[in-house]
Amino acid sequence: MAGALIQFQDAVYGVGGRTLLGPLSLEVAQGETLVLLGPSGAGKTTALRLVNALLLPSEGEVQVAGRSTRQWDPVRLRRGIGYVIQEIGLFPHLTVERNVGLVPRLEGWPARRIRERVRELLDLVGLPPADFARRMPHELSGGQRQRVGVARALAADPPILLCDEPFGAVDPVARQELQLEFGALTARLGKTVVFVTHDVREAMTLARRVALLEQGRLVFVGTVEAFAATPDPRVARLRELR
Amino acid sequence: MSFWAYLAANRAEVLQHTWEHVWMVALSSGCAVAIGVPAGILLTRRPAWRAWVLGFANVVQTIPSLALFGFLIPLPFIGGIGARTAIVALVLYGLLPIIRNTFSGITSVDPAVREAARGMGMTDAQILWIVELRLAAPVILAGVRIAVVLGVGIGTIAAAIGGGGLGEFIFRGVAMVNHAVILAGAVPAALLALLADGALHLLERRLDWRRGGAP
Repeated sequence: MAGALIQFQDAVYGVGGRTLLGPLSLEVAQGETLVLLGPSGAGKTTALRLVNALLLPSEGEVQVAGRSTRQWDPVRLRRGIGYVIQEIGLFPHLTVERNVGLVPRLEGWPARRIRERVRELLDLVGLPPADFARRMPHELSGGQRQRVGVARALAADPPILLCDEPFGAVDPVARQELQLEFGALTARLGKTVVFVTHDVREAMTLARRVALLEQGRLVFVGTVEAFAATPDPRVARLRELR
Repeated sequence: MSFWAYLAANRAEVLQHTWEHVWMVALSSGCAVAIGVPAGILLTRRPAWRAWVLGFANVVQTIPSLALFGFLIPLPFIGGIGARTAIVALVLYGLLPIIRNTFSGITSVDPAVREAARGMGMTDAQILWIVELRLAAPVILAGVRIAVVLGVGIGTIAAAIGGGGLGEFIFRGVAMVNHAVILAGAVPAALLALLADGALHLLERRLDWRRGGAP
């Protein structure tokens, strides 16, 4: 596929003789949002962690921007990929401002530019900087923390965003709001997004394409329209569960 | 002679031995931190060594202090009669709480925080300095506090092998069966322990991110 930013080429990941994922062949085009859908244990998180080299494939390879993750310097690769996880992992000892500004700081941006960038990002995720910049993570609600997590992932303007059930722990009302805002935001910024979820409704809200994983295998991949229409029984069953 | 009268009459000597004591504990605690913190960090990277290293430190802790001083005297370079041997013994005693607290402080960092740090492209060194040590700081400092207070107490035995310090008065007082002389060593030692404990406790609280203290 032309313009594929991320390519899984027969990628397999296993530990101790047990295959957790693959062989998986899948491409993510520049600027699209691909949702990895599947029950827990399907290998979604494993697939995601192969992209930013938190895991390396045992067989086959994963390419990012045309280069295998084995050849990338993992630190450089990860600085260009925003990563949002369900537990968020905000640094509890740093203010919201310092959390969001961390990657720019590691990248050696001047302090003033970091401050401006943090303000811009907090506005972008709907947290007025005047109110939130100086707060500590424990002074935020779950939804607010998740917004900070998204802002932090976007801080150094990475072309790719990896999200691992980022809204899983947020209450349903805040969750829907976050999904809609997140979808609009990433589309506007032109980010390439790989989004992991087990929630069909969330997948259909956010995805341009959906990849369904079951027990480490890709069982369906197609546009969200195809996903909604396919007679494939494995997909149909999920649609009914919704 | 009463305690106060003895103290007043021997002001200079009390001050001198107090100073020796402070110096002995400060130096040994500094060495224990310099060895114990890196050792604790190393253990988090090599969990297989944990049982051996903590086991060694545990065994050292169980050796009665007077016996440990005695064992060290015949050793070349580190042994002999005097303050040096006492300092080596105090370092050995201080290691266990510092290694143990460094290890448990770092391993108790939320795995999600570590995952996020790795995922955002922090190097191992950055994760250690910016995240792990910073979050573990209050726990590590609590270990240092235990080591220092322990050192002030055990340091009084240094006098038995010519190491000086406030133990001089205690041993002298015991030999003379004179409470005033014992107290001239015991009271300043107790005050030192309280002072060190209080100061380190304050520092510990300042470093505690849960209180939103330091940056």
